[in-house]
Amino acid sequence: MPMQIYLPIAEVSVNAFLLLGLGGIVGILSGMFGVGGGFLMTPLLFFIGIPPAVAVATEANQIVASSFSGVLAHLKRRTVDLKMGTVLLIGGLVGAAFGVQLFNTLKSLGQVDLLVKLCYVVFLGVIGGLMFFESLNAIRRSRKPGAVAARKKHNWIHNLPFKMKFRTSGLYISVIPPLIVGVFVGVLAAIMGVGGGFIMVPAMIYLLGMPTKVVIGTSLFQIIFVTGFTTLLHATTNYTVDMALAVLLLVGGVIGAQIGTRIGVKMKAEQLRILLAIMVLAVCGKLALDLLLQPSELYSLGARGH
Amino acid sequence: MLRILLLCLALALPAHAEEVVAGLSQNRIAITANFDGSEILIFGAVKREDPISTTEPLEVIVAVVGPSEPITVRRKDRRLGIWVNTEAVEVDAAPSFYAVATTGPLVDILRDTEDLRHQVSIPRAIRSVGAPQTVVDSEAFTEALIRIRTKNGLYQQLENQVELSEDTLFRTSIALPANLTEGAYKTRIFLTRNGSVVDAYETVINVQKVGLERWIYNLAHDRPLIYGIFSLFIAIVAGWSASAVFRYFLT
Repeated sequence: MPMQIYLPIAEVSVNAFLLLGLGGIVGILSGMFGVGGGFLMTPLLFFIGIPPAVAVATEANQIVASSFSGVLAHLKRRTVDLKMGTVLLIGGLVGAAFGVQLFNTLKSLGQVDLLVKLCYVVFLGVIGGLMFFESLNAIRRSRKPGAVAARKKHNWIHNLPFKMKFRTSGLYISVIPPLIVGVFVGVLAAIMGVGGGFIMVPAMIYLLGMPTKVVIGTSLFQIIFVTGFTTLLHATTNYTVDMALAVLLLVGGVIGAQIGTRIGVKMKAEQLRILLAIMVLAVCGKLALDLLLQPSELYSLGARGH
Repeated sequence: MLRILLLCLALALPAHAEEVVAGLSQNRIAITANFDGSEILIFGAVKREDPISTTEPLEVIVAVVGPSEPITVRRKDRRLGIWVNTEAVEVDAAPSFYAVATTGPLVDILRDTEDLRHQVSIPRAIRSVGAPQTVVDSEAFTEALIRIRTKNGLYQQLENQVELSEDTLFRTSIALPANLTEGAYKTRIFLTRNGSVVDAYETVINVQKVGLERWIYNLAHDRPLIYGIFSLFIAIVAGWSASAVFRYFLT
């Protein structure tokens, strides 16, 4: 039964079940791999013909909602470093404001699609590649036990000024690195319509040296406020947040995530990571091909000043 | 004096010897949440005092024109190995929708001068004033605009799609696609003989978002901050209830 729905802001008519299905599939993946899924959902929305500006803004809205219950759960378990989260958040808000500004400037120059797609190709390529080789190595290591990678405890990060005590994380470090990480993630949230967990989580573990148990909660805490702020910025400057689109994706996504979590526990961590890496690389490859191959239609239309 | 009047009458009469009387199956189209395009039936008759002239055939042109808006047409070019938008041409006004249905090939039934005056054919309906100096082939941009919109069903040239019987009754149907924008859609009907317009008729179809669609759209544009907060709230509630329902059914 085809059920078309006319999206009031995107002004396109799409199949409601397609949106629920997309939400569901990305939800399953994010449940399986414990990732936000924004970085998969936004490109998929491009592929089905949602205008990139609407896709990015709406995805920010959806991330707030899908991270909400996660943040509550982590707060209850006290696995959120609120102080670190706040520092990351301050950086994030600055970054998001800058990102939306950059987004709007490039939109008026007709280059926003390029910016968004290039960001995706670069980040998905780097993250996917790193993950792929890391998990390959992990699988190889697990076959011959004994070799365990040691984490460096002291690096240049610890020599920076403006040190602050983060009791929950058990850290005494400068606020400059978390601020920079926050700004960076904020810019990405605004431009790519992602939470930025895929950048922030590795940065928190490897760069800031935070204990793994507070990493997810703290990053979710930052993400929910930064994406919320981004949603409001896009809504007030671009009018590109589509409520109907967000709700449909979300309902599919939440149900998918529940299924995904149940599948995830039955699989091995390395296998999961290698699968995720392959998927990330596939999306990256498709976007890269779009940029590299000559498009069948060289011309595109845009409203003036957009 | 009477002679002059009679002369005037005699001169004026041929122009109004035949008149269009027309109707539409609907003059209001509502974009609802499940809007999936619509079809309008345009029909009418030719009213005349004198017997039908048999010298030149009567032709009918029906045009439905969506609201015009300025458009930027961009062209991609290869830079550093990737395809990026380089040149752009501003089109001052292009209708968001344009359908022309006729009883015969447009070039045969409408003279160029008449087309210019009444802006009937698709290229004539687009107003483009000057491209930047750097763009040499600005026509290619207007052609691309027509090509893209034709592909999306927004521009339709429907030759021989108007049925005309007994040189008096005519009817045609025009499909409005799902990706319609709001506004007043001018519907124009022309009668032509020998390439000249003998009578024209104009009416308006209003295309509007209604109900929830209307409300969401208005809120997003009039009260964007409230809309943004509301979107976040709705999304959180929707997400929460979906997971609650799912868990309820699973346990």
